Amino acid sequence: MKKILFALATTAAVIGFSAAASAADKAKVCFVYVGSKTDGGWTQAHDLGRQELEKALGDKVETQFLENVPEGPDAERAIERLARSGCGLIFTTSFGFMDATVKIAAKFPDVKFEHATGYKTAPNLATYNSRFYEGRYIQGQIAAKISQKGVAGYIASFPIPEVVMGINSFVIGARTINPDFKIKVVWANTWFDPGKEADAAKALIDQGVDVLTQHTDTTAPMQVAAERGIKAFGQASDMVKAGPKTQLTAIVDTWGAYYIKRTQAFIDGKWESTSSWDGLKDGILTMAPYTNMPDDVKALAEATEAKIRSGELKPFTGPLKKQDGSEWLKAGETADDGTLLGMNFYVEGVDDKLPQ
Amino acid sequence: MRIELERRPEVSRLFSLLSPVIALALMMIFGGIMFLLLGKNPITALYSFFIEPLMEVWSLHELAIKAAPLILIGVGLSVCYRSNNWNIGAEGQFIAGAIAGSILPVVFHEWHSPLVLPLMLLLGMLGGALFAGIPAFLKAHLNTNEILTSLMLVYVAQLFLDWLVRGYWRNPGGLNFPETRTFDPVAVLPEMIASGRTHWGFGFAILAAVAIWFMMRYTLKGFEITVLGQSERAGRFAGFSTRKMIWFSMLLSGALAGLAGIAEVSGAIQQLRPVISPGYGFTAIIVAFLGRLNPLGIIVAGLVLALTYLGGEAAQLSLGVSDKVTRVFQGLLLFFVLSCDTLIRYKIKLVWSNLTGTATEGAH
Repeated sequence: MKKILFALATTAAVIGFSAAASAADKAKVCFVYVGSKTDGGWTQAHDLGRQELEKALGDKVETQFLENVPEGPDAERAIERLARSGCGLIFTTSFGFMDATVKIAAKFPDVKFEHATGYKTAPNLATYNSRFYEGRYIQGQIAAKISQKGVAGYIASFPIPEVVMGINSFVIGARTINPDFKIKVVWANTWFDPGKEADAAKALIDQGVDVLTQHTDTTAPMQVAAERGIKAFGQASDMVKAGPKTQLTAIVDTWGAYYIKRTQAFIDGKWESTSSWDGLKDGILTMAPYTNMPDDVKALAEATEAKIRSGELKPFTGPLKKQDGSEWLKAGETADDGTLLGMNFYVEGVDDKLPQ
Repeated sequence: MRIELERRPEVSRLFSLLSPVIALALMMIFGGIMFLLLGKNPITALYSFFIEPLMEVWSLHELAIKAAPLILIGVGLSVCYRSNNWNIGAEGQFIAGAIAGSILPVVFHEWHSPLVLPLMLLLGMLGGALFAGIPAFLKAHLNTNEILTSLMLVYVAQLFLDWLVRGYWRNPGGLNFPETRTFDPVAVLPEMIASGRTHWGFGFAILAAVAIWFMMRYTLKGFEITVLGQSERAGRFAGFSTRKMIWFSMLLSGALAGLAGIAEVSGAIQQLRPVISPGYGFTAIIVAFLGRLNPLGIIVAGLVLALTYLGGEAAQLSLGVSDKVTRVFQGLLLFFVLSCDTLIRYKIKLVWSNLTGTATEGAH
């Protein structure tokens, strides 16, 4: 009898020990998604990053995620649930999760948090973002080459610095090719709404634009562009499937590199709260293959991409004028990150009034 | 061959009481089969759905937070539906209440006084009631269909909120993001119990449910509501006014939805955003019917529905199923509740041919 008890006790101890050991070995990394992981855009890009992380770190990491989490009190609950379920590192992947992440981070000082595209940090809360505007500049140049009419349509989400920055970068890029280039902007006031985005695309095409770009997350604008026979740019994920003959290129978010870097630091005990803002050179965004364009345009785009990558070209470099014609940057002057992150004005060439 | 529903001569009292329980059991069985087909262990699945969220204190608090607006709105709606007024626009009244109550912390944000919070709650109720007053007026005096008017006003409220938070009420320090400034601590609904986040919204929900239950059961007003709802003509003979009842029920449910709105904004979100409700006003319709239009039943129904949301998240984590499974689960629940109710009142009859019906008619 004693033997049996002893055996049971040892087994239990071994099981207990091995469970504890595996828990300690594996870093549990969790993600909160605002959309569906198969949205074809923003969230899918984050989920691909998560899968890359799993592939790269293999046994050392275990990942979990919650998808379609609405911003607001539901987000707070979702993040808290992850923090309580043993996640050591939590990525919250939407700007709207900012305040919820701040609240939960304060409550769980031992858990590390990373919030995408926000600006509030804490000792256990880092932020990360990507210099999407670098891709916009390349798109602008392509658009100016491709467009017959010299007018591009821009489906924008919210008038926040992030989006305004993209619009400006696009125009600045386009105007290096065609100094008279203009863009028309429609504010869809959503990140994710196929219906509204498609309506915006139709409205823009009806106004005579012949190339389309979007700062919203679904493939609806791409499909409308394909139906109407004009060219378009994809956003966040490679959208070429939605428009095989339509997509010129896409800004593809490749968060995987960042997720791997940060998780490795976390495992090594070297994680620190940072505000990271990486660009093309760091591999956090890449350009989808340049398609549906003449070879010379493709060559130009590739050259520009290489220049941005090497640091030789910075999109926000003067001489640049604001929309009202007043001077913004002198020749050779480059905008600093602070100005970019608070950007609330248009540069010359935007045919729209910025909602203030 | 066709299928007909035939009214049962007598409805079993026992089965009417058991109906939600049977529905719940059926949902579990079919939900279990669904998990089996998805390749998941149905026992663990059902455990993480229905038990896991109840095992921890913080999770119980979350349950109360999620259930509070559903119960508060559902209770108000039950009065409407019992009196035969079909207010479908609680979502809009919820938003109207949230906006009206937020006037103080957003526009007069420099005013710090213990009066702020009570006034906010009052304004919230007033806002919701006034907004429900529109379909009430249209129905009482112009005889329009309140289902349509109240529903359409939901979109008006949503767009008005959207316009406000992108325009005049936008946080000046918020980098152009569409949200108002965050509320000052004096404007935040305090927590009810020290152990967690549950705010007084849940307390209001329970108080409202008990008060309405008392009114329906023990007061003349409650009798009036039931009589007018079941037979307008009988009610008129008794000297009850249909028109007054439209006003009463709509204003009451509007005020409760408005209270739910300001309680949610002040207690849980602490600012206005373009979207402040994941459809509480519509889900509350399900809650009202699931609770048999009985205020005490609505408390239970609100908690059950909130549990399916929380369980859905727990299941996403422990099983790795998609959040769509939660929706399917809620759908199953509603489907079985409705079909159990129907089958208790009616029986299914297979009619093998139409000819019998026409033949008898012909003989007349």
